[in-house]
Amino acid sequence: MRHIISILLENEAGALSRVAGLFSARGYNIEAMTVAPTHDPSISRMTVATRGSEEIMEQVLKQLNKLVEVIRVHDLTEGPHIERELMLIKVHAVGQDREEVKRLSDVFRGRIIDVTDRSYTMELTGTGEKLDAFIHALDPGMVIEVVRSGASAISRGAKAI
Amino acid sequence: MTSLTTTQNRPSPDLVEEDLTGAEIVVRALRDEGVEHVFGYPGGAVLYIYDELAQQDAVKHILVRHEQAAVHAADAYSRVTGKVGVALVTSGPGATNAVTGIATAYMDSVPIVVITGQVPVALIGNDAFQEVDTVGITRPCTKHNFLVKDVRDLASTLKTAFYLAATGRPGPVLVDIPKDITSHKTHYHYPEKISLRSYKPTLKGHPGQVRKAMQLVTGAQRPMFYTGGGIILGNASGELRKLVRTLGAPITNTLMGLGAYPASDRQFLGMLGMHGTYEANMAVQHCDVLVALGARFDDRVTGNLTKFAPHARIVHVDVDPSSISKNVRVDVPVVGDLQQVLLEMNQILAENGQRNDPQAMQAWWTQIEEWRQRDCLHYNQDDRIIKPQLVVQKLFELTGGNAIVTSDVGQHQMWAAQFYGFDQPRRWINSGGLGTMGFGLPAAMGAQVAEPDATVVCVTGDGSIQMNIQELSTCLQYNLPVKVACLNNHYLGMVRQWQEFFYENRYAMSYVDALPDFVKLAEAYGHIGLRADTPADVEPVIREALRLKDRMVFMDFQVDPQENVYPMVPAGAALSEMILV
Ligand SMILES: Cc1cc2nc3c(=O)[nH]c(=O)nc-3n(C[C@H](O)[C@H](O)[C@H](O)COP(=O)(O)OP(=O)(O)OC[C@H]3O[C@@H](n4cnc5c(N)ncnc54)[C@H](O)[C@@H]3O)c2cc1C
Ligand SMILES: Cc1ncc(C[n+]2csc(CCOP(=O)(O)OP(=O)(O)O)c2C)c(N)n1
Ligand SMILES: [Mg+2]
Repeated sequence: MRHIISILLENEAGALSRVAGLFSARGYNIEAMTVAPTHDPSISRMTVATRGSEEIMEQVLKQLNKLVEVIRVHDLTEGPHIERELMLIKVHAVGQDREEVKRLSDVFRGRIIDVTDRSYTMELTGTGEKLDAFIHALDPGMVIEVVRSGASAISRGAKAI
Repeated sequence: MTSLTTTQNRPSPDLVEEDLTGAEIVVRALRDEGVEHVFGYPGGAVLYIYDELAQQDAVKHILVRHEQAAVHAADAYSRVTGKVGVALVTSGPGATNAVTGIATAYMDSVPIVVITGQVPVALIGNDAFQEVDTVGITRPCTKHNFLVKDVRDLASTLKTAFYLAATGRPGPVLVDIPKDITSHKTHYHYPEKISLRSYKPTLKGHPGQVRKAMQLVTGAQRPMFYTGGGIILGNASGELRKLVRTLGAPITNTLMGLGAYPASDRQFLGMLGMHGTYEANMAVQHCDVLVALGARFDDRVTGNLTKFAPHARIVHVDVDPSSISKNVRVDVPVVGDLQQVLLEMNQILAENGQRNDPQAMQAWWTQIEEWRQRDCLHYNQDDRIIKPQLVVQKLFELTGGNAIVTSDVGQHQMWAAQFYGFDQPRRWINSGGLGTMGFGLPAAMGAQVAEPDATVVCVTGDGSIQMNIQELSTCLQYNLPVKVACLNNHYLGMVRQWQEFFYENRYAMSYVDALPDFVKLAEAYGHIGLRADTPADVEPVIREALRLKDRMVFMDFQVDPQENVYPMVPAGAALSEMILV
C-alpha cells in the first residue's frame, strides 16, 4: 500500500542525506521525497511517499524515529489528509493546439505562466493522479518537459502532527 | 551539522578563564569526560591534537600499527569496562582504515567515540590532499556523526558524541574535525548535561506491558529465556540471574550474550543458533513462552524464520523499538532499558509470588535433560592430532575460567564460545554482527589496557591472525602480555567447512599455503613463541604461557585441519534441523 510519511527533523546539513541513505540502505521504496524548512527555521519538514507492507512500514517508521536528528514521524495515511503536488509543464503549442491546450489547462485549473509563439508553460497543482491525468490528456508528442515537486501533504483538522 | 540543537551551546564568557585552541579543547574535553586511554595513529590533519596530547599525561595514548586496530582496541576497551572507548585517527586513509572497526562496533552496539582529522574547512570538497568525505562514508555505520565547522561548537559536539554513544542503544559516534579548527581559539566550556529534543530514548518499561509480560511468563508450561548482548551492554546481568533463578526456568544466550548468565549453572543450556547446543535449540523450538531480552532475532539465531519457535508466544524487551518485531512478530513488546525492566519484573515476582506450575516445570526439565544427554559438543581426542576443542577446554581449565577471552572470526570463534564457560559478563569479546576477521588481537590489546592484571587470551585462527598481525609490535611497545592461542588448521576453516557441507568438498581458496612460522614471527616481534604439535603438548604450552605472566606469548597449536563445528543448523533450515556429530 502507498503511504505518505511526514518527518520533522533538525534543519541541519546532512539530515536529508541521512533519511535518503536510510531508505536506500534498507531497500525501502521511495516514490517521492520533498523537504523544506517550516515556520520554525530550525526545523525542516519532509514528506516521503513510499510503498510497502504493514511490517515494512512499521520498520520504516521505527528506523526514521531512530535517526538522531528526526524529531517526529507520522504516517499521514493513517487518517484524513490532504495531498498536493505542483507540476510545471512545457508543451508545444502552435496553430489550433494553442486553443486546445488552454482549454485543457482551464479544465484542470492550471495556469499558463510562460508563453512563446511555439510553446506554453503551465502550472498545475493537485494530487498525483490529477497531474497524471493532465499529462495523459495531452498528445504525447506535445510535451517538451515536465517538472514535478513530489507530494506535499498535511493532515485534516486543527491539530499539527 | 555541528550543532544538533542542544539546550545550551555556547558558553558565557565569564564562566571561563582563557581561550583554548581546538586541539586543547579536544584534550580537555577527553579529560573532563574521564577518558584515560585513547587508541590512535597520527597524521597531518591531527598533528595539533597530538601535540597537545604529548604535553599532558592524564589521557594516555596507545599507538597502534593500523587504524582498524585502534578502533577495535577502543571497542574492546569499552566492552570490558562499560565505558566509552576512544580512537583518534587522521583524515583520508586514516579514516578509511578505521571504517571496518567502526562498522564492527556498530553491528554489536558498542559505545565508542572516533575522532577523525579532516582537511581545513576551506579545502573541504576540493579533493584536497588526504581528503575523504568521512561523514558521508561513515553515515551508515555510525549511530551518528558530526563535522565540526566552528571551533565554538567543538566542546558541545564532543559532549553530545559521548552522550549519544553511551545512551539508549549504544553505538559508535564519529566527530570529524578539520585541521584549522584545531588551531582556532575559543572559550572552553564543557556542558555538564546534554538534552536533545530529537533524541529521547525510552528507558522505563511501560508498567502495563511489564505486568502483561510477567503474567505470560509465569503462566507458561514450558518457558524459555533467550538473552543477548543487551543484558551485557545494559549491565543487567545481576537482575537477570535473580529473575531466572527465582523462576527456575531454562536459559540460553546468544553469542553476544555469553557470560550474562553463568555457564556453569544448571539452568543454562548453552548458546543457541547456528552453532548452538542441541538442548538450547530444541528448547526454543518446543517452548510455549519465549522471553527475549536484549537480543535481536538475528538470522544466525533463528534459522528459518517461518519455522522459528512455532509454539511460542513471545515477550521481547529491547531499548530499541526497531529491534522489536523486525524479524519475528512478538506478542508482548516492552521498550525499555533492561536493568530497569528486569528490576520491575523482579519486583512484580516478589510482590505477587506467582510462579510457574511446578509439575509442568518438572516435565519440561525432564525433557530438557533428555536433550542434554545427547552431549552434542562431544569430540574424540586421540593421542596423535590436537582437536581444537581440546585447546579451548584446557585454556578454560588452566585459567580457572577467569580470563578475558577475545576471538577472531571462524571455527575457532565458535569453539571458544562453546568450550570456554563464561560465568561473568564482559569477559567474552568477539565480533558477532559484522564477523570481522582481524578483531581478536587488537581487541585483546584494548582489554589488556583496560585490565592490566587480567589474563587476556586471544583465540584466533591462522587466517584471522594475519589480518592484524602487525599489532604484535604494539603489544611490545606497551608491554601488553596478551596470550595468543592460534588454532592453526592451515585452512580458512569456517569457509572450508561450508565447502565440505554445501559445495561438494571443493575447497576453493580456503587452503592457506605458505603460512609463516608463527613461533619465529613472534620472536621477531620481540615476544615468545610456543608450538604444540601433539595433544600431549597442549597443557604444557598453555601452562608455560600463563607462567610467563608479563610476556606476550604466541601459542601456535597445530590442530586437526578437518575438524568441523557441530552442531550446525544449515542456512534456511529450522533450528531443530541440526547437523550433529
Ligand atoms: C561465524 C559466526 C557464527 C555465528 N553463529 C552464531 C550462533 O550460532 N548463535 C548466535 O547466537 N550468534 C551467532 N553469531 C552472531 C550473530 O551474527 C549475531 O551477532 C548475534 O546473534 C546477535 O546477538 P544478539 O541478538 O544478542 O544481539 P546484539 O547484537 O548483542 O544486540 C543487542 C540488542 O540489545 C539491545 N540493547 C542494547 N542495550 C540495551 C539495554 N540497555 N536495554 C535493553 N536492550 C538493549 C539492542 O538494541 C539490540 O537489539 C555468529 C557470528 C559469526 C561471525
Ligand atoms: C575480513 C573478513 N574477510 C572474510 C571473512 C569470511 N570468513 C569468515 S570465517 C573465515 C575463515 C577464517 O579462517 P581462520 O582465521 O583460519 O579461522 P578458522 O575458521 O580456520 O578457525 C573467513 C574467510 C570474514 N569473516 N572477515
Ligand atoms: Mg584456520
